[in-house]
Parts: sequence; C-alpha cells; structure tokens
Amino acid sequence: MSIVPVWTLILGAAVFFYVVLDGFDLGIGILYNFAPDRADRQAMMNSIAPIWDGNETWLVLGGLGLLAAFPVAFAIILPAVYFPILVMLLALVFRGVAFEFQFRDAEHRHFWDHAFSIGSAVATFAQGIVLGAFIQGFDVQGRHFVGGSFDCFTPFSLFTGLALMCGYGLLGACWLILKTEGELAERARRWARAAFLGTLTAVGIVSLWTPFIDPDIARRWFSWPNILFLSPVPLATAITGLLWWRAVARKMEVAPFIYAILLFTLAYLGIAISLFPMIVPHHFSLEQAASDPSTQIFLGVGTLFLLPVIFVYTGWSYWVFRGKVRGDIGYH
Amino acid sequence: MTLDPVILSRLQFGWVIAWHILLPAFTVGIASYIALMEGLYFFTGKEIYFRISSFWIRIFAIAFGMGVVTGVVMPFQFGTNWSRFSDITANIVSPLLAYEGLTAFTLEAGFLGVLLFGRKLVPQWAHFGSAFLVAFGTLLSSFWILSTNSWMQTPAGYRMVDGRFVPVDWMAIVFNPSFPYRLAHTVDAFYVTTGFVVLAVGAWLIRKKTFASEGKVMLTTTLTLLAVLVPLQILLGDMHGLNTLEHQPAKLAAIEAHWNREARAPLTLFAIPDQKAETNRAAIDVPLLGSLILTHDVNGVVPGLKDFPPEDRAPVAIPFFAFRIMVGLGLLMLALVALGWALRFVGKLFSSEWFLKTLIWSGPIGFLAVLAGWTTTEVGRQPWTVYGLLRTGDSVTPSLTGGDVLISLAGYALVYLIVYPVGVWFMARAIQRGPGDMVVPVGGGRPAGPVKAPPEMGAP
Repeated sequence: MSIVPVWTLILGAAVFFYVVLDGFDLGIGILYNFAPDRADRQAMMNSIAPIWDGNETWLVLGGLGLLAAFPVAFAIILPAVYFPILVMLLALVFRGVAFEFQFRDAEHRHFWDHAFSIGSAVATFAQGIVLGAFIQGFDVQGRHFVGGSFDCFTPFSLFTGLALMCGYGLLGACWLILKTEGELAERARRWARAAFLGTLTAVGIVSLWTPFIDPDIARRWFSWPNILFLSPVPLATAITGLLWWRAVARKMEVAPFIYAILLFTLAYLGIAISLFPMIVPHHFSLEQAASDPSTQIFLGVGTLFLLPVIFVYTGWSYWVFRGKVRGDIGYH
Repeated sequence: MTLDPVILSRLQFGWVIAWHILLPAFTVGIASYIALMEGLYFFTGKEIYFRISSFWIRIFAIAFGMGVVTGVVMPFQFGTNWSRFSDITANIVSPLLAYEGLTAFTLEAGFLGVLLFGRKLVPQWAHFGSAFLVAFGTLLSSFWILSTNSWMQTPAGYRMVDGRFVPVDWMAIVFNPSFPYRLAHTVDAFYVTTGFVVLAVGAWLIRKKTFASEGKVMLTTTLTLLAVLVPLQILLGDMHGLNTLEHQPAKLAAIEAHWNREARAPLTLFAIPDQKAETNRAAIDVPLLGSLILTHDVNGVVPGLKDFPPEDRAPVAIPFFAFRIMVGLGLLMLALVALGWALRFVGKLFSSEWFLKTLIWSGPIGFLAVLAGWTTTEVGRQPWTVYGLLRTGDSVTPSLTGGDVLISLAGYALVYLIVYPVGVWFMARAIQRGPGDMVVPVGGGRPAGPVKAPPEMGAP
C-alpha cells in the first residue's frame, strides 16, 4: 500500500495551516498602514507579536514537506517561481525584523512601519503570484523546469497576487475583530467588509478564469456528472459568505474569523479539485513525483507522532495570550 | 565575461548562510545561558538572576527574530538555486531538514512567545520551562542541520538508483561518520562564542559601575563555563581533524597545503599556496609536527593534494588560511580564559582595567572563529556538494541565467546590509540600557514561597 495519500493530506494540511496562520498576521501588516494612530498600530502589532514566528514556521514546514514528499515537484516549481520567491523572502525579512525594530527605534519608526506594512503586502502579493503560476503550470522537460525565470509573471498570476492580498486582509481584519475592542474593532469591521467583497469578487473571477486557461480544469468542473457532485462547493461558498456578513452585522467576535477560515477552506478545496492528482500540472502526478517509500515512511511516522504534540503546545501558547490585546503584554 | 550562474549561486549561498550562521552562533548559546539564569532564579529566588535573564532575553529577542527570518531564506535556496541537488539528494537530505522544522523550529516558536511576553501570564515554573524548551529547541536544530551537513561531507547509508540517492540505513545516514565530531565541535563553538559576548558585556557593565553586580555574576559564571568549554573545544577540534583525515583526505591536504603524500611530514605554519605550480611559496615548515598532529604519530603518513586529480582539489589557499585564522583565534581565547582565571586567583578580576577592556574588545572573537571554521570546512570540501559523489557544478538549477542570479544576489546583499547593522545597533542599545528597569512581576510570576532577600543588591 502506498503512503502517498497520507503525505498528500499532510502536505495539504501544512500548506493550509500556513495560509490561514501567516495569512492573518500578514493581513494585519497589510491593514497596518490604514490605522490612523500609534496606539491602534501598537495594538495591531501586539495582537500577533507572540505568535507570528510560529505561524511563519509553517512556511518552512510546507516547503520542506514538499521537498521531502514530492522532491521533483520542489525541484521544478521553485526555479519556475524564482523571482516571486526571492521577493517574498526579502519582504518577509523586512517585515519580520520590523516587529522588533519599530518599537525600539522612535526616530526611524516611520521607516519600520513601512517596512512592516509594505513588506507584508509585497510578501502576500508574491505568494499570490506563486499560486497563480502554479495553477497555470510550467515548461518542463524531463525532471527540470526549462522556461525562463520571468515566465511566471502573467496577467493571471498578477491577478491572483491581488486576490490573495484581499484574502489575507480579510483574515487579518477578522483576527482584529476577535482580539481588539472599541474603535479599533469597529474600524476592523469596516476593513473586513471591504476585504470580504474584494475577496469574493476575486474568487469568482479566478473560478471563471481558470477553466478558460485550462480545458482539463473546465472538463473537471463542467462535465456531467461532475457538475452535480461539485456544485456544493460554490454553493457552500455562497452560504458561508452570507453567514459571514450576518455575523459581522451582528457584531459577533469569533464567528467572522471562523467563517473567513471556512471561506479559505472552500477556495483551497476548489483549487485542489481543479488540479488533483497533479502536483506539477500536466507533468507529474502525486504518485509520479513521490520520494522513495523509505523516505516517506521515515519522515511520515515521526510527523504523525509530532504534529499532535505541536498542536498541543502551540495551542497552549495561543491560550496563554487569549482574550483581547492588553496594553501591558507585548511591545510597550 | 559571461556571468556564471554556478559561481554566482555559490556566492549567494555563501552570503546568506555566512550572515545567518552568526545568529545561531549567538542564540544557541544565549538561549542556554538564559535557561541557566532562569533556573538559578527559580531555585534560589535571587533577583539578580532574574535581572540578568531579563536583560539577555531582550537582546535574544532581536537576534532570534533576525535568525528566524534569515533562516526561512535557507531551505528555499535549495529549490531556487540548487534544484538539481534537491532532486538528486532529496530522498536522504529532506527528512533531516524536515525533522529540524518539526522538532526544533516549532518548539522554539511555540515557547518563544511565552519566554518573551508571558512572564506576567504564567506561573514561574512555566516561564522557566519555556526558557528551557527554547534552549533545547536550538540544540535540536543544531543536531539536525549538522547531521544534514555532515552527510553531505561524509555520505553513508545510501545506494544510487537512476543517478539519485536512495536511503538504505537511516541510522547510518543520521549518524554518519563526521556527524558526532562536527556536532560537538560546532555546538561548543557556539557556546564559546556566546561566552565571549557575555564576558564582554559583563566587563562593560563592571567598568560602567551602574550595574556592576550583574556584570560580576556574568563574568564569574561565564569564566567558569569557559574554563571547561575552551580546552574541550581544542580537544574536539583535534578529534574532528583525525576524522577529516580518515574520511576527507583531499580536504585535509588542502587545509594543510600539503602537496606530496609522505610519512614524517612537516607542519606548514605559513605559506602562499600556488595551485597551478602545485607547491607552496615562502613556506615556514616545522619538521615532523605535521605527522604528529594529524596522525598522532611522527611516522604517520599524511596525504598530499597530488594524490587527487587537479579537478578534484579545493582552492587550497582559502581553507589553508581560514583554518589558521580559526586555530589562532582559538589559542587566543584559551589565553584570555587562562588570564582571567589567574586574575581571579589573585583577586584582581574585577579591578584590572586593562583586562576588562581587553574582554570588551574580544566580544566578537568567537564569531570570527566560527566564520573561519565554517569557511574551512565548506570550501575545503569543494568541488563537491556531496563529497566525492555530486559536484557543485552539477547541483545548480539548470534554468537559471547568470543575470537572474546577479539580481537575486544583489537583492540579498542590499537587504542584509541594511538589516544586520541595524540589528547590531539595536542590540548594542539594549546592552547600553543595562539590566536596569527589570521589575519582578507580580501575579503569575510570583514565586510560591517568600522571596529570599537578594544579598547582592545595594552592596557596593
């Protein structure tokens, strides 16, 4: 029996954790420049200060998971998105050090504020380009990417870049609704509505655009009887959207974040349905790209044991910092 | 001249890892020191340990944040610039890297928040526990990444299938021949590096007088630790050298600039190696000492570079000089520790102005030694990424042009040249603030029993 389905689930989950977790703290960075005063900005920063680097750890875990489970996909995809990855990493360096630097450096606070905000926005945009380029597929011969390093910049990938900025902005705003109170929470609700509308529009456009790019994806969704099995996905998205809107209107605090995550889950599921079982679209399936069984088992056993442990202590860390952001916890 | 993506990719990897390694060289050591201080505070209740720990936590926070973001860069280098290496070695190398992420990064990140921001929110034992687990995480990280590096230096436990490595024996892969020596030598190097930083800061605090009691505790605790760690490091270095002789003879010959295989070999103290002419210029040799040090036997045979075809030799001058810099700095550190102990015996450790000044200036000495050692081992194993099996030139991403890599290299150069000086400047400012405004927290952080009166406080 093959262990590949297990690894597909592990990797799928790791990437999804990354998207949601770093998604909301990158989203806070995107919204940061819209906050009018120092106190609000500090509260926004402090709402993620104790957890952001744990969230970013999932980026490394996702990347290494891909290398470990499907190495040839790693060796093809990363060169193909050479520049978006470069830009993302440099932007993450800037926004990461800005956490520590901005509050220690009153004279250059303006600069580090921008580093945090623009860094978060640029990193998100670059991740969106990676996503778009991945959906479009790459020039591959044998086990190598043979296209150019700038091929990944297309109208579609630039659009998915913008779409992801809306999406992360939505997650960030919902996190703020959960973690802050008063005027800032009210402002977060306004940001959340704008980001929500942007996200939903973008998801709609991408859903209509992808079948045009790729006839395989069109067949996957619109052929009979698939259209019957798969119609719950857009339907559920619409219902979740309505529930989200109602939750924000009723000033609920936890529900908007939960529904936003659910929206991400559905969009993620949509992409998975479009591409499955390919890990390098048109070239390598998950089975074909899989690493040696011994590698998958050696790492898989440890991973299945360690993941629950990680969830327990990560959960404890979130629990310690539960509740609304306090002025005396974090940078002050 | 055309731009060579291989050379540029090597420069880029060297650049990002050289800057990155400076951070673990400090955070691995200081995390353990913080755990030690938190432990002393927890068990003795003396506030001075609390103040010292809180002081170092502030500095650690900056270094760790920089370490995280420059560390995230590293695994992506394998994909973007070294995709052939990734494809060929992934079956073996990737689980080691992934286990580093799963066991170490998550542990560090999970408890770092509580260590930095949670003192008021959790009981004291939980805060001490977090400090301990963060320190343990940094050591686990060292374990896995050095296992990976060691496997690339001394591959074991594999077979080749269709030109790619396939695992046969995981124990042999993880505990490959050079790993125990490299792990011990590197972790000790990180501890010693941190030790000299703490000595420098302690000496500075003593001279500044405001926080002299904290400075004195830093000096005495660290000097005690270094009295073990520095001699141990020399012993470990020697064992690592014997291991290199056995498993990477071409590298050892390059380190020693030793061209001809011979018994009763001399030790070349200084020379200008001439790669083309296959000889040394202006050499200063000590007879017999080469065989004695490298094989522990005056009649021992030392390999020569001419045993290996020219295309399989490292650029001799770089490992040769880097190694001598590392050893020289190591001996200097040994002398400083010995001097410190001599002054301590005669009761002048805290009053000897010139010695305190010397300690302040030698704060960065360990970082230089780490970089020199890393250069020795990484340039010394060229032209291979997997020693003897996979060439560096065959490891690079085929789709990259020289122009692509030039752009990315420029990007990394620019960003690191902004971020590092600023980071160092902030750490210097945190040091200048001193361990002053550290108030023992009430609430969750309050010890269960009554706090013993701290005797050091207020003492002149």
